[in-house]
Amino acid sequence: MRVPVEWLRELAHVESHVRGKDVSETLVRLGLEDEGVHGGGVGGPLVVGRVLTLDPEPQKNGRTINWCTVDVGQANGTGEPQGIVCGAHNFGVGDLVVVVLPGGTLPTPDGSFQVTARRTYGHVSAGMICSERELGLGDDHAGIIVLERRLADEPGVLAALVPGEDAIALLGLDREVVEVTVTPDRGYCFSMRGIAREYALATGAPFDDPADIPVAAPNDGGYAVRLADEAPIRGRAGCDRFVARVVRGVDASSPSPSWMRRRLTDVGMRPISLAVDVTNYVMMLLGQPLHAYDLDTLSGEIVVRRARAGERLTTLDDVERHLDREDLLITDGGDVVLGLAGVMGGASSEVSPTTSNVLVEAAHFDPVTVARTSRRHRLVSEASKRFERGVDPAVADRAAQLACDLLVRYGGGTVDEGVTVVGEVGTRDAIAFDVGLPTAYVGLEYPRAEVVATLRAVGCEVVDRDGEVVDVRPPTWRPDLVDGPDLVEEVARVRGYGEIPSVLPRAVGGRGLTHGQRVRRLVAQTLAQHGLVEVLSYPFVGDELFDRLGYAVDDPRRHTVRLANPLQDEAPLMRTSVLDTLLDILRRNVARGARDLALYEIGLVTVGRPDQPPVPIPGVEGRPADDVLASILDGVPVQPRHLALAAAGDAVPTGPWGDARRVEASDAVAWAVELGRALGLELLVRNHSRAPFHPGRCAVITLADGRVVGHAGELHPKVVGALGLPARTVAAELDVDVLVEATGTPVQARPLSTYPVAHTDLAVVVDDGVPAADVAAALGGGAGPQLESLTLFDLYRGDQVGEGRKSLAYRLTFRAEDRTLTTDEVSALRDSAMRAAAEAVGAVQRA
Amino acid sequence: MSGPNTSYDPVEVAALDPQAVDDAVSAALAAASSAGTLDELRAARSAHQGDRSALALANREIGALPPSAKAEAGKRVGQARGRVAAAFAARHAELEAERDERILTEEAVDLTVVPPRRVGARHPISLVTERVEDIFVGLGWEIAEGPELESEWLNFDALNLGPDHPARQMQDTFFVEPADSSGLVLRTHTSPVQVRTMLDREPPIYVLCPGKVFRTDELDATHTPVFHQFEGLVVDEGITMAHLKGILDVFVARLFGAGTATRLRPSYFPFTEPSAEIDCQCWICSGTDASCRTCRGTGWIEVGGSGMVNRRVLTASGIDPDRYTGFAFGLGIERSLMLRHGVADMHDIVEGDVRFSTQFGMEI
Ligand SMILES: [Zn+2]
Repeated sequence: MRVPVEWLRELAHVESHVRGKDVSETLVRLGLEDEGVHGGGVGGPLVVGRVLTLDPEPQKNGRTINWCTVDVGQANGTGEPQGIVCGAHNFGVGDLVVVVLPGGTLPTPDGSFQVTARRTYGHVSAGMICSERELGLGDDHAGIIVLERRLADEPGVLAALVPGEDAIALLGLDREVVEVTVTPDRGYCFSMRGIAREYALATGAPFDDPADIPVAAPNDGGYAVRLADEAPIRGRAGCDRFVARVVRGVDASSPSPSWMRRRLTDVGMRPISLAVDVTNYVMMLLGQPLHAYDLDTLSGEIVVRRARAGERLTTLDDVERHLDREDLLITDGGDVVLGLAGVMGGASSEVSPTTSNVLVEAAHFDPVTVARTSRRHRLVSEASKRFERGVDPAVADRAAQLACDLLVRYGGGTVDEGVTVVGEVGTRDAIAFDVGLPTAYVGLEYPRAEVVATLRAVGCEVVDRDGEVVDVRPPTWRPDLVDGPDLVEEVARVRGYGEIPSVLPRAVGGRGLTHGQRVRRLVAQTLAQHGLVEVLSYPFVGDELFDRLGYAVDDPRRHTVRLANPLQDEAPLMRTSVLDTLLDILRRNVARGARDLALYEIGLVTVGRPDQPPVPIPGVEGRPADDVLASILDGVPVQPRHLALAAAGDAVPTGPWGDARRVEASDAVAWAVELGRALGLELLVRNHSRAPFHPGRCAVITLADGRVVGHAGELHPKVVGALGLPARTVAAELDVDVLVEATGTPVQARPLSTYPVAHTDLAVVVDDGVPAADVAAALGGGAGPQLESLTLFDLYRGDQVGEGRKSLAYRLTFRAEDRTLTTDEVSALRDSAMRAAAEAVGAVQRA
Repeated sequence: MSGPNTSYDPVEVAALDPQAVDDAVSAALAAASSAGTLDELRAARSAHQGDRSALALANREIGALPPSAKAEAGKRVGQARGRVAAAFAARHAELEAERDERILTEEAVDLTVVPPRRVGARHPISLVTERVEDIFVGLGWEIAEGPELESEWLNFDALNLGPDHPARQMQDTFFVEPADSSGLVLRTHTSPVQVRTMLDREPPIYVLCPGKVFRTDELDATHTPVFHQFEGLVVDEGITMAHLKGILDVFVARLFGAGTATRLRPSYFPFTEPSAEIDCQCWICSGTDASCRTCRGTGWIEVGGSGMVNRRVLTASGIDPDRYTGFAFGLGIERSLMLRHGVADMHDIVEGDVRFSTQFGMEI
């Protein structure tokens, strides 16, 4: 909403020293958002000048400049002609122009700059002849302002101009416009009436309600109007009040008065014709959208009804609209569609320069109906903006009256005696309000007298009831005031939020982070300490990704949740693994020149289900019934928290310290296992085969009880190819929630034995296909509880063990709790381990 | 070996001659000092201190002297041997020190050649989130979380955003297919976590709800469709706007620096009444620089929204609004990160470039 300060002065007694900036600060303090102050950036001397001489001088750069002398009267202190260089060519000797003299200031995007006399093109140019754009009046930069053209419709003003007189007021450059954003609850501030009321509320200045005008009483002689809404939305009629007035014999081609055109321009509207300008002006003043019809195009009564299937309307913006049965229409006789109620009129009944009889409509439409129609047709108009936020239903007849009065005053003609008013202004229930509530809610003392006075200043009727409770009936223009806290806000904002004290509430004392939150931090921290970099990605993927990842047709990870309005049509699904989107981040980093990379992301994935039920939406009336609430909570898809990591390139690069070592599948497994250790968990690793991993280089990571934590390994070469990843990219995806569940019970400490350890080495030969983990598990089982550690220190394949076989050499470390183990005991334990391995995996002791 | 002393001829025991002893000592001292290495010293030592050295021979001769001469000769030889031993020991210590020093010199390494141990990093969004969490945990609050794909009822209706509220329309919210009946959206704020908390437990409630949220904005220098925010919720007896102001003042001072305060401005949010915008004092210029880029010269930076929890929201969450009042506020993590660390372009935060995370390390 653009608020011309000059207009506001008239309505809210803004004192003359108050500038736009002050008005803006005052309005913001009350709850409107500041969008800046326009105008007012020009400082004098800015004067009227008459061009005396004009000599074109071609320049080497191809341009021609004009060396002019301009009569600026006594404004330059000497009365001598002022020499000025000017690059524009749209004026001539004798024209009246606008001259800024040295010392004057012009607005710039960042503030203003001061004009000085300067040497240019071989002359001293003492000032500038101004264009519209230089003065912030418009975008026309091409030509300078010639006053004979600009003031053509004000010959009296033009004739009286004298060179040297001040041009700031003449051009309206002293007029500032404050722009504010209106929050959705303050629809009344979409009018000068509402803004002025707010301003007066803040300053305590008197407020003259511009709606306080004499209005002709309704009678039966007016134009016939019938409200016929047979399908109210949520029980609310689409139109509850309709005022129609008729003015006959208007000269629609009469110009609007310049003050009205200026105000419309200031608020950002284009002056068009008298009838349109009057309706716009009244809307800006009172907040009531009006519509003017050419009465001679109407034939029957006006019927307000919902649209019928298949109906169409060409709106004023020349778009043919297919109407929806929820759209509320203004019709002629019920059949001819005149417009979308409260949004936009149709072309057929538009007023034109030949119109002489005008019907003025001032109606009150339901916010929901208008909002839905506006969104449905993607059609936002000045009218729809206001109706959506709520228009004062009591102002309709006054707005119609004012419009008729203005039409008659500036276009002639007479107002019909018939006055149509259909529908009543509903009375509102009073709010029983405890005058102590503001103090209790805000934590600042508001005396009873102040509370009552503020509510009255806002426009409420306040009636004493009993004791601390008063009856408060909010004004018709404040549909947002419905309960106690709404009124508290009025009291608090009028006193000022700045007075609210700062008091730290004392929490009862929490339990700190939960176990899950601590685990998640530890996981993130551990990976970073292992050299991985945390990144974030958007969780959206496309349909074809799962094919590229090599998922089987029935892979459950293909069960996705699909967005109806995705950011990109190619990525409408929620990821089912974090790797889905992390791999793209890896690719992007490679594309940006990174070579050796190790990344991770912790985030949610969405488990879609084929039988996803619709989730109920029970409204806001109260806490839903238990079963409804349960189906809401259960209907939300499961979203486990996953960790994905991906790495490529070298783990260690070549350098003075030795040769490079590439990242390999076992690194991904090691990161997972180390993560387990950081959490005090011994994770088990088994060879496995699963997309998107290399079938021979994939491990499943489980808890001791077999629950799957995740998978790690090298990506399948086809996946690497399909996704454009570096060769041999390794990755892992783990379920953090499983890790959280598996931990959290206090670890029970074992007593430490201080008896000496005994080491023994054992090399076993097994078939190549036997996983080392199985051999280790068998050896560990056979060695018994005195085995303290088992370390693989050599792996050999070759002639000495035969084809298809491998040798694994382990160091076994034993320690007893209660004594020093003898050499014989250690040998016996080693033999027992060997026997167990022989039995379990066919291991043979290597000679 | 020892026989009658009568046959003793002192001339025959020239080794004990004082001059001879002095000569032997001089020779030994010269040899010790001229030894350039520990090996040379060892050889010299064996020549001058060994069994066959002159002084060893002299020592052996003492036994043959008459008792009257023994004492003097013994003293002379003993002193001589002592001097020689001390000289060799001193020289040995010298040479050993020289050798040790030489070895240390030889072992010197250019430690400016640093092996490129891979350095990891946290994402600064995570670090700021954790820092914010820690501030509130320090105040005795708890951290609450919830799903990102959320029911429409919890995201909107329970927060007094009715079916016709503009925020609920397609242009802001990601809806789950089928949009008109799934009842699911990507949460547009973390407020549904507040509702879940209130449904779940009785006041007093002091929780912070950080998390990822979604709006259908295009990615540009200051917007991202997927971003992070944290919302605070307090529901207790006697909670006022002054408490809201108190928490916000303490919070911004801890995140942005002591002396930073907040300002509340009236505003509108469906889930709070009264509602307030939160402005934070500019900690770059404290309002003293008209050309400050952070606050655009106003001295204040808009950081979020807040207010007293709307009675209807309390009711929908099963809390008695006549007994309890509460406040809620919401601020953005990305915005906090950009303001606190001078991040100029949102792209850097969301694109996953490792260079962005690594410049922050693991503490922010
Ligand atoms: Zn600043």
